[in-house]
Amino acid sequence: MPIVEFDAVRKNFGDFAAVDGVSLKIYPREFFALLGPSGCGKTTLLRMLAGFETPTSGRILLDGQDISTVPPNRRPVNMMFQSYALFPHLNVRDNIAFGLKRSNRSKSEVEDRTAEMLNLVQMNDFASRKPHQLSGGQRQRVALARSLAKNPKLLLLDEPLGALDAKLREQTQFELVNIQEKLGTTFIIVTHDQEEAMTVATRIGLMNRGSLMQVATPSEIYENPNSRFVADFIGDVNMIEGTAGKVTKRDGEAYAEVKTMSAATLKARCGVPVSSGEKCWLAIRPEKIAVSRTRPRSAANLVSGCVDDIAYVGNLSTYHVKLADGSLIKAQTANRERIARREITWEDEVWLSWSPDAAIMLSD
Amino acid sequence: MAAGLRRYLLIVVPYAWLLVFFLAPFFIVLKISLSDLAVAMPPYTPTFDPSAGWEGFKAFISQLDFESYIFLATDSLYVNAFFSSLQIAVLSTFLALLVAFPMAYGMARAPDWLRPLLVMGVILPFWTSFLIRVYAWVGILRSEGLLNQFLIWTGIISEPLQIMNTPVAVYIGIVYSYLPFMVLPIYATLEKMDESLLEAAIDLGCSRVKAFWLVTLPLAMPGIIAGCFLVFIPAMGEFVIPELLGGSRTLMMGKTLWNEFFSNRDWPVASAVAIVLLLTLVVPIVIFQRQAERQQEAGR
Ligand SMILES: Nc1ncnc2c1ncn2[C@@H]1O[C@H](COP(=O)(O)OP(=O)(O)OP(=O)(O)O)[C@@H](O)[C@H]1O
Ligand SMILES: [Mg+2]
Repeated sequence: MPIVEFDAVRKNFGDFAAVDGVSLKIYPREFFALLGPSGCGKTTLLRMLAGFETPTSGRILLDGQDISTVPPNRRPVNMMFQSYALFPHLNVRDNIAFGLKRSNRSKSEVEDRTAEMLNLVQMNDFASRKPHQLSGGQRQRVALARSLAKNPKLLLLDEPLGALDAKLREQTQFELVNIQEKLGTTFIIVTHDQEEAMTVATRIGLMNRGSLMQVATPSEIYENPNSRFVADFIGDVNMIEGTAGKVTKRDGEAYAEVKTMSAATLKARCGVPVSSGEKCWLAIRPEKIAVSRTRPRSAANLVSGCVDDIAYVGNLSTYHVKLADGSLIKAQTANRERIARREITWEDEVWLSWSPDAAIMLSD
Repeated sequence: MAAGLRRYLLIVVPYAWLLVFFLAPFFIVLKISLSDLAVAMPPYTPTFDPSAGWEGFKAFISQLDFESYIFLATDSLYVNAFFSSLQIAVLSTFLALLVAFPMAYGMARAPDWLRPLLVMGVILPFWTSFLIRVYAWVGILRSEGLLNQFLIWTGIISEPLQIMNTPVAVYIGIVYSYLPFMVLPIYATLEKMDESLLEAAIDLGCSRVKAFWLVTLPLAMPGIIAGCFLVFIPAMGEFVIPELLGGSRTLMMGKTLWNEFFSNRDWPVASAVAIVLLLTLVVPIVIFQRQAERQQEAGR
């Protein structure tokens, strides 16, 4: 049974729909990420779950119960705020104990639980400091401990790592995952960083303009995006415009031939049902394209062009290849050789090839 | 060297200012308060005569005494005036807080575009003379005044209320006059308070009322304390308001001081009243300073 269920939830601000009919089920022990561009309604969705906004229409169920009439202070849900919202007049210990003291726990229970939480986030040595005496990372940990202290069924995290630098962010992502696994609490995290979502989440819900575009596991959403928007938003992708041709079925998968604008014929998996003659898009991840100076003997998809630019980022090189029709295609290879020995360089004529499974065909 | 000199100057200027405009007058007043009344010009003795040399100075010192202070302590008028001032100042500070807090709270919660207008509204009365504004209250409060006319017109009362020349009028005058000094510091602390702190408190299980007590109020405390001092200190020495609105029955330090000085021409006693008033105010001022310092250390 899902722990949370959104049932056709809408939220209007004036006549603007911030959340536009979202239906979603989240299951116990999941680490669910709400991902999407700025302003797409992620925070609004989360705030409705916490009880700070009421849905304009639709229902939100928690453990099968409609919670629309339950005030935020009675919901078994806690939230970690984007700004952390630590109480500046209380020290770390009192911040963590704040929620515990509001529940019917005995004094010793409160103390034990606070000590436990301090331990969990390794803030024992800072227990009597005020929030302004802490670093950003330490504040983030206190906020996490405070929101976990009451052992909520559900923890909501609104861009919890937004204020941290890249290195600390990465480290904290793993800590978050560890803590979530240890406690078994259901986490819903909001982020607009797709890498973060891919790293921490067991499932991702990708939103755009108030609607859910796709809900799937990180690998599923990466390999099988269901729309141009999703393919574009998650990771790097080449988009080739074309017209759908013959559709064939093999091992239960549908494959289609696509005529591109430059009249080449490419083969791709069908991400969505298409009928021939329809306008469509081919999405191919750069790392799935092989680059070679010599023409590969057999390749399902083959195009040629000249190297326009090479972006070198240590372990990876991305070749920007200009095709005859002027369009650019990115192809990425891992650098196993030292850079001086690399055989492909600027202005080289190269062949790009990929298998039909590497590319996915999406409708417009 | 030049930098050293500049720094020296920077330190010297405020101290010189303090010496000339605060310490020197203070010592002159202190000296007069220790002198005796005389029918002369100036109306006290001894006067300091530098030409008499060291012996003259010793004679001068030996003539100073605490007679005026003893008089203040033994005459019930001054003791009563002191406690009456204290009572009026404390109570009107409290009343001002009761009125100002909801105002400041409402201002801080107002939409962004409205706030500057509301702040402006609070400051606006300063554009008119304090004296005129207090005088305007006479027109409102007297028996045939606007308030009584209005209340009789609505039928709430049939006889005019006697508000003028009572302590009630003084409270109204003080609360009205010093309200901005209470509203503005409280508004400043409430306005910079992060709304999400309240949401966090509610999220952690507080009701709205509880969240107000546990979060809003403690965070507004610096503003409340500052506002209380800004009202209490001038209210304690207030003269104009009790004079214009309080009538003869309202006793306050400021009024007795004025009487001694101008009606009785008893400069030593008047100075002694001034010194006592000053010392009463120094205590809260020092506490206030301490508080401000501690807050600065806290960085918020
Ligand atoms: N209280 C409000 N009144 C009016 N409009 C609002 C309000 N809160 C949010 N919105 C609008 O609703 C939309 C969604 O806002 P929301 O905060 O949910 O976005 P978000 O996905 O969290 O974005 P970000 O990644 O920038 O935090 C935005 O266009 C925002 O302007
Ligand atoms: Mg947001």
